[in-house]
Amino acid sequence: MFKGDFIQNLPKIYGTYTGGFLVFIILMALAEQAGVSAKNIGVMFVAFTVLIYALIGYLSRTVQVDAYYVAGRQVPTVFNGMATAADWMSGASFVALAGGVYFGGYTYMAFLVGWTGGYVLVATLMAPYLRKFGCYTVPDFIGTRYGGNLVRACSVFVLFIASFTYVTAQINATGTIASRALGIPFEAGVWVGLISILICSMLGGMRAVTWTQVAQYIVLIIAYLIPVFWISSNVGGGIFPHLMLGDEVARLGELEQQFGLVKNSAADMKAAGVPGGLKYISGSHSGVPEGGMAVWKYLSLAICMMVGTASLPHILMRYFTTPTVRAARKSVAWSLFFIFLLYSSAPMLATLSKLALMDPNLPTGIIGKSISEVQSIEWVQRWSEVKQVFIADFNGDGILQLNEWFMRGDVVVLATPEVAGLPFVISGLVFAGGMAAAMSTADGLVLAISNALSHDIYYKIINPKAETAKRLLVARTLLVIIGAAGAYIASFRLTSILGSVAWAFDFAMSGLFFPLVLGVWWKRATREGAIAGIMAGIISGTVYLTWVFPKFSVPIWGGVNTPFLGIDHLRFGLIGAPICLVVMVVVSLMTKEPSPATQKLVDDTRIPTGKAILGKQH
Amino acid sequence: MSNKDAYWNKTKNHMIVTLVLWAFFSLVIFMFGSELNTMSFLGYPLAYYMTAQGSLLAFVIILFWTANKQEKIDEEHGFSEREDD
Repeated sequence: MFKGDFIQNLPKIYGTYTGGFLVFIILMALAEQAGVSAKNIGVMFVAFTVLIYALIGYLSRTVQVDAYYVAGRQVPTVFNGMATAADWMSGASFVALAGGVYFGGYTYMAFLVGWTGGYVLVATLMAPYLRKFGCYTVPDFIGTRYGGNLVRACSVFVLFIASFTYVTAQINATGTIASRALGIPFEAGVWVGLISILICSMLGGMRAVTWTQVAQYIVLIIAYLIPVFWISSNVGGGIFPHLMLGDEVARLGELEQQFGLVKNSAADMKAAGVPGGLKYISGSHSGVPEGGMAVWKYLSLAICMMVGTASLPHILMRYFTTPTVRAARKSVAWSLFFIFLLYSSAPMLATLSKLALMDPNLPTGIIGKSISEVQSIEWVQRWSEVKQVFIADFNGDGILQLNEWFMRGDVVVLATPEVAGLPFVISGLVFAGGMAAAMSTADGLVLAISNALSHDIYYKIINPKAETAKRLLVARTLLVIIGAAGAYIASFRLTSILGSVAWAFDFAMSGLFFPLVLGVWWKRATREGAIAGIMAGIISGTVYLTWVFPKFSVPIWGGVNTPFLGIDHLRFGLIGAPICLVVMVVVSLMTKEPSPATQKLVDDTRIPTGKAILGKQH
Repeated sequence: MSNKDAYWNKTKNHMIVTLVLWAFFSLVIFMFGSELNTMSFLGYPLAYYMTAQGSLLAFVIILFWTANKQEKIDEEHGFSEREDD
């Protein structure tokens, strides 16, 4: 029922779905008018969308190996672009990105450049060649190109570390949003999130994940853009904020001058009892910090995120699902286009929400007002109760200064609609969007890990004679185990969402970037070189992370260390990846040149036409 | 030189051109962030505009351009895939 005509009917199916979702939003708006409580609207938004994803997941169930691993390689270019965009834009992108820009300004926006620029590397160095290769997983390429179980196992090891770091953060975000929207404790929210994720992926593997991700993209982009445009016209930013906020950005610069950018001391913040994870504005919004070190910090972060993007298996594997090599290339471009729609809006949302709070001429402004007055505002009270905002009167003058207002980054996206006076239906929509973003990324990651374990470790190494039914059973069992492990760890809330997300990029670039690139672009790269490179990269990167990150360095190295050349815990891939490259090249040159068969295999990989290296079913 | 080698040389050169453009928009311009910020575009300080939107847009354009160009190279050398492949 899902062959041929389903693919041809895709635009119609998703068009109807989008229309249906818009109708649902209108119904909710009417329900709000009719007096349905805010809480119930939030519940309905999340429940309705998750049910739709579950339905899609059920309809996409499969017993075919190639449908389970690569969606039968029939996903059209544009739809694969949407699915990749949803796969890519995590709960962190959705709820924390605008908050990051809000607090970090220009310096933070290195993430924006990094998380988009990486796609140029994906398109030129990786995606089309991996598609031609015909692999099911990223380690499948490395294992076949370099030959042997050891190199395959090493790449699965790196994939596991990188993706698992990432997935705990996603399940954490799913839990946070589920708990807030449904009004249940965080720990319960995590398990609700996990069940939703598994329903989408278990029965149909990659095929189910693909079609739910397209549906999730549509929800998340609508949920992100409607509030941005609406808020902008509400606070006088113009109807098209992306092109019209020049004056607002300049105004923020003036206000920063007026209020002063003050750095609080850690001791002051501790004494005032500022809850963990809350931040205040201490950097300029649009100003570029002076000095070579500041430039290097920006560039080094952008490099790590770009190279990391091009090494993350859950993204690369999306391009295995297109019908042709050419479609894989185009699909990367479409992916970035769909990502751009959200990423270019995040700084605009941050600007608007910052101005709404900082400008004393606006009715929503709170900075510079008396603290007792601010504390009586309804949304401030509501978010204070759950420790998402906090006020500390450091100088005791009773007036709220810029450095006395603390907020969690997520609040920028989750609370700005109500701050700017939008109806609650918009907040409900934002919850649904955040849930879609976190679920779609978690789906992709859990699938990437369990596919690598079931295909590369179980089928290729442990039991190559396994039958299809048994392979799929193993794949599904692993999916549940990995998801449950991620949820279990996420329920401890180990680190803030963004800290660990950046680590996933650094892990991936340390161990996978050069083995993948050189596998295609350098015929001389040998198995021994790849094994040595992968292990040297991931080990050196990880050791450096423990050395530079205070929470690890104190117990392990007995003290806090100054980052070497400004390479801190967000950038440790800059240690791992170069070491991986050098070791891989040196060891390759010291070992025997790859066999003619391997060289021929590389030659075939480089050309779009002809048979895939690995068969349709393998 | 065989057709395959000629094709690969062209593809390699095309890759290098693409990566030069990529490096320009992702790295080079941000080496001069404070100088660029004295100029303005659409009313935004230029470096701010590039990191918030401009470079992102440039990457999208580069990707569509590079995919089309590569398809032409495929065709020239007879490595273009059939639609129903």
